[in-house]
Amino acid sequence: MNLGAIDPVLLIASLMVASTPIILAALGELVVEKSGVLNLGVEGMMITGAICGFAVAVETGSPVLGFVLAAVGGAVMALIFGILTQYLLSNQVATGLALTLFGLGISAMIGQGYRGIKPPATPKLDMGPLSDLPVVGRILFSHDWMVYFALALVAAVWAFLKFTRGGLILRAVGESHDAAHALGYKVVRIRLAAIAFGGACAGMGGAYISLVRVPQWTDGMTAGAGWIALAIVVFSSWRAGRVLLGAYLFGGITVLQLNLQAAGVPVPVEILSMSPFVITIIVLVIMSATQRGAAVAPAMLGRIFHASS
Amino acid sequence: MTQTAELLRIDGLTKAYPGVVANDNVGFSVAPGKVHALLGENGAGKSTLVKMIYGLVRPDSGTMHLRGAPYAPATPNAARAAGVAMVFQHFSLFNALDVAENIALGMENPPPRRTLSARIREVSHEYGLPLDPTRQVGELSAGERQRIEIIRCLLQDPKLLIMDEPTSVLTPQEVEILFRTLRQLAAEGTAILYISHKLEEIRDLCDGATILRLGKVVANCNPREKSARELAELMVGQTLHTPSRDARDAGAQVLSVQGLSLPAAHAFGTALKDIALNLCAGEVLGIGGVAGNGQDELLSALSGEMVTTPGAITLNGAPIGDKGPNARRALGLLTAPEERLGHAAAPDMSLTENAMLTGAQRKNLVHNGFLNWRAARQFAEDIIKKFDVRTPGPGNAARALSGGNLQKFVIGREILQHPGVLVVNQPTWGVDASAAAAIRQALLDLADQGAAVIVISQDLDELMEISDRFCAMNEGTLSPARPAQGLSVEDIGLMLGGAHDMEVAHVGG
Repeated sequence: MNLGAIDPVLLIASLMVASTPIILAALGELVVEKSGVLNLGVEGMMITGAICGFAVAVETGSPVLGFVLAAVGGAVMALIFGILTQYLLSNQVATGLALTLFGLGISAMIGQGYRGIKPPATPKLDMGPLSDLPVVGRILFSHDWMVYFALALVAAVWAFLKFTRGGLILRAVGESHDAAHALGYKVVRIRLAAIAFGGACAGMGGAYISLVRVPQWTDGMTAGAGWIALAIVVFSSWRAGRVLLGAYLFGGITVLQLNLQAAGVPVPVEILSMSPFVITIIVLVIMSATQRGAAVAPAMLGRIFHASS
Repeated sequence: MTQTAELLRIDGLTKAYPGVVANDNVGFSVAPGKVHALLGENGAGKSTLVKMIYGLVRPDSGTMHLRGAPYAPATPNAARAAGVAMVFQHFSLFNALDVAENIALGMENPPPRRTLSARIREVSHEYGLPLDPTRQVGELSAGERQRIEIIRCLLQDPKLLIMDEPTSVLTPQEVEILFRTLRQLAAEGTAILYISHKLEEIRDLCDGATILRLGKVVANCNPREKSARELAELMVGQTLHTPSRDARDAGAQVLSVQGLSLPAAHAFGTALKDIALNLCAGEVLGIGGVAGNGQDELLSALSGEMVTTPGAITLNGAPIGDKGPNARRALGLLTAPEERLGHAAAPDMSLTENAMLTGAQRKNLVHNGFLNWRAARQFAEDIIKKFDVRTPGPGNAARALSGGNLQKFVIGREILQHPGVLVVNQPTWGVDASAAAAIRQALLDLADQGAAVIVISQDLDELMEISDRFCAMNEGTLSPARPAQGLSVEDIGLMLGGAHDMEVAHVGG
């Protein structure tokens, strides 16, 4: 056992990388749930984005194009869910679960010819002298551009929900679709837009795993990240800032337990591997138990809307 | 008053839904500065009509003209742009948002938040409807919520204001102040389309009335020249039967509640505070109050859905505060909650199954854990026959019944189980006039047979008609009961908490 081998600076820096897919996916789901829709298919949209991004980046040699197409792939998956639940009024829980199964299957099929290939590297963003700062430079200013994009998106979603009219309308639809409809807002269209945004975010999150974090393609490689993203939305009480916190918690424990495994800590590997999930869920339960979590959930979450009533 | 040009004119408006013609060739007109009533029973087509005027529903045929120009709003936004505003019956508000956000959502081009808040304070003060723009709507009373809707309309300077059943949630004093605001608006030249089935209100406020029955216009009249009874008979299309009762002496005390306190069940619920009441056999106790003041919580405490300390509620001397609904049913305390679909009845289950749900115990419909469906169907048929429930048969789903018929079924189901004490919440809410009269008569007959009855209602006329004693709920407390005879509307209003913080309009009318 050699705990001295764990470098705290490197640990925090890799925590930011490990958290990025979850930040993206959870942020997308946050917007979806704020509009009153519960899409449990995050895992399916992530894995679809992961293979779409991987395949496009490999074929074109451009990681940027890979992320763009990953967003498109995730959004297309989400719109399948959107059409089923918003127009055909299917049950959101069942449809979301089916979307996850469908995504896992179709990604494995597309991924047939891509096993064992290395994707083109996503370059680090050149921050000039900032990257050379001691400690801070290595933690904050030595990442690829997706890390900063995800952080900017947290701020953008927060500002959108809090300060803009579009954000107000989105929250209103999630709070009471009947009242919003009576005031003349297009409930279904607003929700479809939110669902597509959520799918695009999940798709990019998935692509970050296959293009940067791992980077290679294996079947089912998102390995539950989508489910954790869903849990973090609840744990964050539907607030963008807390999504960041929750994702860092999960990402941090993931990185730490990997380091502990490498250092040879005398704890069974299975326990270390499950610790991020267990600890995140325990924190989630404690947080929501102490603040009456149900009161802050969008009131229409998971309810079916039809204009006839 | 001189004849002014028409503001809104409607001709031959027709709208059909599968199986029902909601509006059939409806026509009327409203002049600026006038208050025009749309009168009719539930299901007469009033709501469909105003939804067409507000752009929520498209008519199948017919024309509308606003200020002489053809008017066919495709969306509520178009209606608002044309100067038509609407206050909804079931408020179109968002509980988790604050007052200013709610108002901004109902406006086309809301000003920045700070300007909007200042405008809300200014206009609400001017019309005597004070509002704090930063309060969360979920915390507000029904009267305050309605103010939000009204202020939202007023901020857009409407030419035509539609009000759908605005007074059903207000205390008499609040109604008085609302009417003053409406008269002031009319004096300023706004036309008001006022929907209600409360006849005295319409005779008090409105200059003209259009009466609808089953989607057709049956009369256009000046409500001030008609008696309330004439209007009611036009509305219902038949002679009304007023419930009657014989005088009787109060029997022995059966139910007693002392020091009943309960925390609120959910975030926007009301906590019960130190409730006390006594109930005697053969008596009807009326509990009035504006919705959301703890009526639902009181009903759950009495039914056993929420349990308390054993001694808080005693039935025939035995403490039952900690017993659940089934134990209380066995002892003779039955309840019929307000929400017909989902609480009193399971919407997608048949009437037989619904009869089984509460009648299993007292009607002996269960033997050794097996359900006796034959007896349950017989029980359901009994209810249908004795309470004149209009339905093809007991196999029909509860959801398929109209509000009045389902309510007769739900109340009848409890009455036929011979309760010692029956508690009903809003027994005639959303029920047509003849069914309401039948339900009230059934409750009075039950009391005559020696049962004790508690009627919780927002309809004060109803409570005055059938109660022996009356008490009021206000913010989770219950006032001491007073004999119903001789109580004036003002007395009741004060018992209900008066006008809260409403004030009289400030600008001259």
